[in-house]
Amino acid sequence: MEIKLRVSNVDKSFPGVKALDKINFAVKKGTVHVICGENGAGKSTLMKVINGIYKQDSGQILIDGKPVEISNPIQARKLGISMIFQELNYMPEMTIEESLFVGNWPTDKYGKVDWKTIRSRTLELLKKEKLDYDPQTKLKDLSVSDIQMLEILKAISYNSEIIIMDEPTSAITQKEVEVLFEKILELKKRGTSIIYISHKMDEIFRIADEITVFRDGAVVDSRPKEDYDMETVITQMVGRKLDSVFQKEEIELGERVLEVRNLTDAGKFENLSFSVHEGEIVGFAGLMGAGRTEVMRALFGLDPYQSGEIIIKNEKIDIKNVKSSIDKKMVMLSEDRRRFGIIPVRSVKENVSLSSLKRFIYRGRLHGEEENRTVEEFCKSMNVKTPTYETSIESLSGGNQQKVILAKWMVTDPDILILDEPTRGIDVGAKHEIYKLMTSLAKKGKALIMISSELPELIMMCDRIYVMSKGKITGMLNRDEFSQERIMAYATEVEIQEGVDLA
Amino acid sequence: MNTLDRNKLWSDIKSKYSIYFVLAALFVISWLSNENFVSVENLSNISTQIAVGTILAFGQTILIISGMLDLSSGSVLALAGVLSVSSYKMTGSLLISFIVAIITAVICNMLNGLMVTRFKTPPFIATLAMMTMARGAALMYTNGQNIYQIGNYVVFGQGKIMGIPTPVIFMAVLLVVTWYLLKHTIFGRSIYAIGGNEEAANASGINVNKTKMKAFIINGILVGIAGVLFMSRVNGGMPNGAVGYEFKALTAAVIGGTSFSGGIGTASGTLAGAFIVGFLDNIMVLVGVNSYLQQIVRGAIIALAVIYDIWAKTKRTKRKHGSVEAK
Repeated sequence: MEIKLRVSNVDKSFPGVKALDKINFAVKKGTVHVICGENGAGKSTLMKVINGIYKQDSGQILIDGKPVEISNPIQARKLGISMIFQELNYMPEMTIEESLFVGNWPTDKYGKVDWKTIRSRTLELLKKEKLDYDPQTKLKDLSVSDIQMLEILKAISYNSEIIIMDEPTSAITQKEVEVLFEKILELKKRGTSIIYISHKMDEIFRIADEITVFRDGAVVDSRPKEDYDMETVITQMVGRKLDSVFQKEEIELGERVLEVRNLTDAGKFENLSFSVHEGEIVGFAGLMGAGRTEVMRALFGLDPYQSGEIIIKNEKIDIKNVKSSIDKKMVMLSEDRRRFGIIPVRSVKENVSLSSLKRFIYRGRLHGEEENRTVEEFCKSMNVKTPTYETSIESLSGGNQQKVILAKWMVTDPDILILDEPTRGIDVGAKHEIYKLMTSLAKKGKALIMISSELPELIMMCDRIYVMSKGKITGMLNRDEFSQERIMAYATEVEIQEGVDLA
Repeated sequence: MNTLDRNKLWSDIKSKYSIYFVLAALFVISWLSNENFVSVENLSNISTQIAVGTILAFGQTILIISGMLDLSSGSVLALAGVLSVSSYKMTGSLLISFIVAIITAVICNMLNGLMVTRFKTPPFIATLAMMTMARGAALMYTNGQNIYQIGNYVVFGQGKIMGIPTPVIFMAVLLVVTWYLLKHTIFGRSIYAIGGNEEAANASGINVNKTKMKAFIINGILVGIAGVLFMSRVNGGMPNGAVGYEFKALTAAVIGGTSFSGGIGTASGTLAGAFIVGFLDNIMVLVGVNSYLQQIVRGAIIALAVIYDIWAKTKRTKRKHGSVEAK
């Protein structure tokens, strides 16, 4: 079979990170080529290179054997490449016909948009694909899978020969998945090549012709499906190397500090029960979209939950908002530092003292010296590197910003710390410091919850790991049971079983 | 390293104090271009003239820092003012008339706050609605007629204490109050945090809605006081008075370095902004600039202030590079 798309020796770096390392792989005409790998393995980055959103530092992309330059998505479209994103960006107020022709409006000779042509071509397309939509339906009235189907329709209308789908099933129901798969088979028959990104084992083995596994920005292996089995794929996906080796210290566990019973917010997570003890670091593993962050946000009072109990130190607590959980000495470091962490235009000092201003009030006045002293003390203990404490936080590096936010929470003197991806986007040295800090907090008897997508990090730091998948806890491992393969199996377990059921 | 630190310090000073340099430069230029500019009488006149607008501007400063604004302050000023004058004529009590003004303006601003916090209306729209309603209420109450013969009520705006006009005293006291609130209270810190990043402020345990409501209430108190001073200065209850004052106030705040994207601004900067406008208006009259041209200049100043604000900001974010891109 002829090769439609070939990626040859593609490299791509971002400041401080090598995102893609000498990538080679080939997609044959009329096949489904699945790319799988953990979060951050480089799948999406490569797809963005192919779609012209990023420019590779070196290497070539060849279509039909000819090298091509792709500098933006419009050019990619002209070359017959379309991408359907994981996060569908659409304009809710647009109608179906408008969205199909957005950016590509047919006009008459006076430059007026030719609605008649749009209407007739939309109807024609819908009829050809046997889709029963009214062209004037607004997108906001459609379901996610409908919109996804429209995206595919759009790709077809551009006569795309290569369609990239980035985790297309992450937001749709099982029934809708079937419709999508039918469509994919149909496209295949027409000779369209599909690049399908996923880490759901059942899907991968149902639709793939070939499978390529990514890890740490490099291709681990690429073979026809027949030469693979699920275990091999999982083994190849994990086994990432650690940036920084850190020796966990044995810490004696104390009382149970936090207990969560049957916490539920339908659609996000269901019946979650777990507990954390003094001096314990409890990990939460799972693939993207497993619901880990959502649970912690509800626990911390950022989002409401529907039912369940939260018990802190044997007392049933009603968490209404963030303030009530800070009062109960529970704090959360968000995974999205820019959005939920820093106040960018304000100083390091103001960011540190923000959650404990009451401490510095004497007779209704903020006591400047007391505040300065505390800020300095905590920034020093976190080893924050900043020219002055009046410097605005946005001029610090990611790692230092993270330490400032940690300092903010330490000033509140918490008993329970929820750390959501505490080492994301920071350099190796800062990571090491965060590990050290976590250990010293555990030694002081604090209870820590750590969410991380880097399994080696969880395995290194945690006493126990809960594994989540699709909003449920699918497994709990003690330290002597830790292995990347086992965690990965739990994280994908539900899907494996479904795959068996479907077969 | 050393020169880097020094450069940084210098750019910090520049961005922090540039507004005062501008004010000083304008003062000197005005001084040189007209001998009548620097006299106790003229400077005292300028200060009295800008007092009402500046007091409104302090309220705007608080609101803009927290990411909001108030388009209704001119109209609410008029409503509070006419009710205050009318209550003075009924009771003869300066104290009661003063309290009436403040209560009226606070109620209007609580409604603004309610729209913004409870019903999630954008502040622009909420206060636009209040602007129209308050003006209508002022006209309805007075039947569109001015209230004259306000007797002793004039002491608020036309009196002097130790030779200093009362509006200037009010302005000075409220400057200190606003400065204190912004600098030395939890409320002030919360305002800056909410304007800087509302979601992060919420995730840090700040009660965002309560703080926004407080900001509107404080703005109401300032508007009420401004209402009393305004009516007292114009010798009557004018339901059509102070039209466009909300924009005067916004102008002073923006020229004074309050950032419309929130999180940045000071009371003293706003005062400087108000004086810049005041000096400029005054010197243009003194040297006989065409009054239409005066408007153009005033507008251009606003544009320049905002361009500077945005330019300074992009420079700031450019200094830290590329941390957004890499995951």
